Amino acid sequence: MHAIPGAAPPTRSGVSAFGAAEVAIGVEHLTKRFGTLVIVDDLSFHVRAGEIVGFLGPNGAGKTTTLAMLLGLLLPTSGRVEVLGLPMPAQRQRILARVNFTSPFVSLPGNLTVNENLTVFARLYGIRRARERIAELLDRFGLAALRGRSTGRLSSGEATRLGLVKALLNDPEVLFLDEPTASLDPDGAERVRERLREIRAERGTTIFYTSHNMQEVERLSDRILFLHKGRLIAEGSPADVLRRFARETLEEMFLDVARSGSAAS
Amino acid sequence: MSSAAVGTPRRAAEGAAGLSGGRILALLLRQVYLYRRSLIRSLEIVYWPVMDLLVWGFLSLYVARLRGGGAQAIAFLLGGMILWDIFYRAQQAISVSFLEDIWTRNLVNVFVTPVSTAEFIAAMLLLGVMKVIVTGLLLSALALALYTFNLFQFGLPLIPFVLNLLLSAWGIGLITTAMILRFGQGAETLAWAIPFLFQPFSAVFYPVTVLPAFLRPAAWALPTTQAFEGMRAVLSGSAIPWTVAGWALAENVVLLGLSGVVFARVMYIARDRGLLLRLEG
Repeated sequence: MHAIPGAAPPTRSGVSAFGAAEVAIGVEHLTKRFGTLVIVDDLSFHVRAGEIVGFLGPNGAGKTTTLAMLLGLLLPTSGRVEVLGLPMPAQRQRILARVNFTSPFVSLPGNLTVNENLTVFARLYGIRRARERIAELLDRFGLAALRGRSTGRLSSGEATRLGLVKALLNDPEVLFLDEPTASLDPDGAERVRERLREIRAERGTTIFYTSHNMQEVERLSDRILFLHKGRLIAEGSPADVLRRFARETLEEMFLDVARSGSAAS
Repeated sequence: MSSAAVGTPRRAAEGAAGLSGGRILALLLRQVYLYRRSLIRSLEIVYWPVMDLLVWGFLSLYVARLRGGGAQAIAFLLGGMILWDIFYRAQQAISVSFLEDIWTRNLVNVFVTPVSTAEFIAAMLLLGVMKVIVTGLLLSALALALYTFNLFQFGLPLIPFVLNLLLSAWGIGLITTAMILRFGQGAETLAWAIPFLFQPFSAVFYPVTVLPAFLRPAAWALPTTQAFEGMRAVLSGSAIPWTVAGWALAENVVLLGLSGVVFARVMYIARDRGLLLRLEG
């Protein structure tokens, strides 16, 4: 198990069958093939409860495919996935009730208002006192005034924040984010990162996210997992990884991997 | 680079203001590419005209055979139209509501909630019931006001056939949805096309006897045919043909069982091949 810098916040997860207590996400020998094409290749990693983990890699590295398997949208060819101590996809419904996901590449129906969309998802998650929960989250993300607006009329920044509100409705123990700040300006992106840090500090939420913004990853992540051609090529805190590969920045490392296929120093 | 190569885009720019045959051809080419890449889209060119020809051709044969039964024929036509629309709307409620989730890129959001496939299907089926109630009442009221055709006077005897049509719509709607899930957005026209595949052979506007003899066994194998024949029996003043209703129900049980198996299988394929993600494209 990897050491995590800083004091771990209180967590809400159980004991994993992987043998370690407080493992929020466990992946063992995970492989996904489409025909002869191997997208995820014998991938193994653990994420501890309360960690913020950046999942990195060039396009086509297998990040989205792995994320889809963690969320039960895609069946692995082989290997084991466990979320909150429960096997995915066998316990899909129980897991999905306790986690959430958002991506700027997935939208909420534009012809419904912000409030209507959130009400639908609050019901899907069986949230009690949904109205209060929605109001609290809209207020927190600066969207209270847009409650009655059609979702399709939101700016991309507002839509991204709405996606986060949707993803926090069920007070998830694990939050899966796909490029959470991809469509935001630097100020908006920093605000989102602040909210994510707050949520982790307050609720002990595990955050597992993909990003192509390497500065963001360095600032936000306790640990990174660097994927290339479906395999994990680096793992550890951003500082550890940079030291090990003798790089100044993650961006430098990312470019080396993307262009030469290797991060070897 | 040669001067001729440099001059080519300039010549294109000079002609940018007027009508350009090249641009028209480019847009046409885009459509040709789409048709070449999608068998379903190509079939559409012949599908609708053929379906129209079949329905209106058989209807013409039926009208030609009528002797002084004009009032009853009108009742059959209007009754058939209302019940067909009930069937069609219920089927659409299922397949189009699924398409709406694809169009709005919301499908992944839904499938990362604890919603089960059965719950997802149940919601679509219930939407079908709601649409049937609204469509049925609206069309019946309009037919009464505009054509003094009172479908309500037949009341309870029609209910077994309306319910059977609803079951058929559920089954066909599920199969349509499964095909869209399996073959992607290129297959979305199936949501509108598949019900009309059944129309000529379901004897919606004419009795089964109008169909050529070799088609009749296939027609009777459809629960929709049983329902429309039952409707005609009720509208002609006969007692409820329970045998017909029973056959419709039996055929619907088979259809629903088959559609459930197809949907479950396609959902498994979708999860294995990542089709849910690709649909969000």
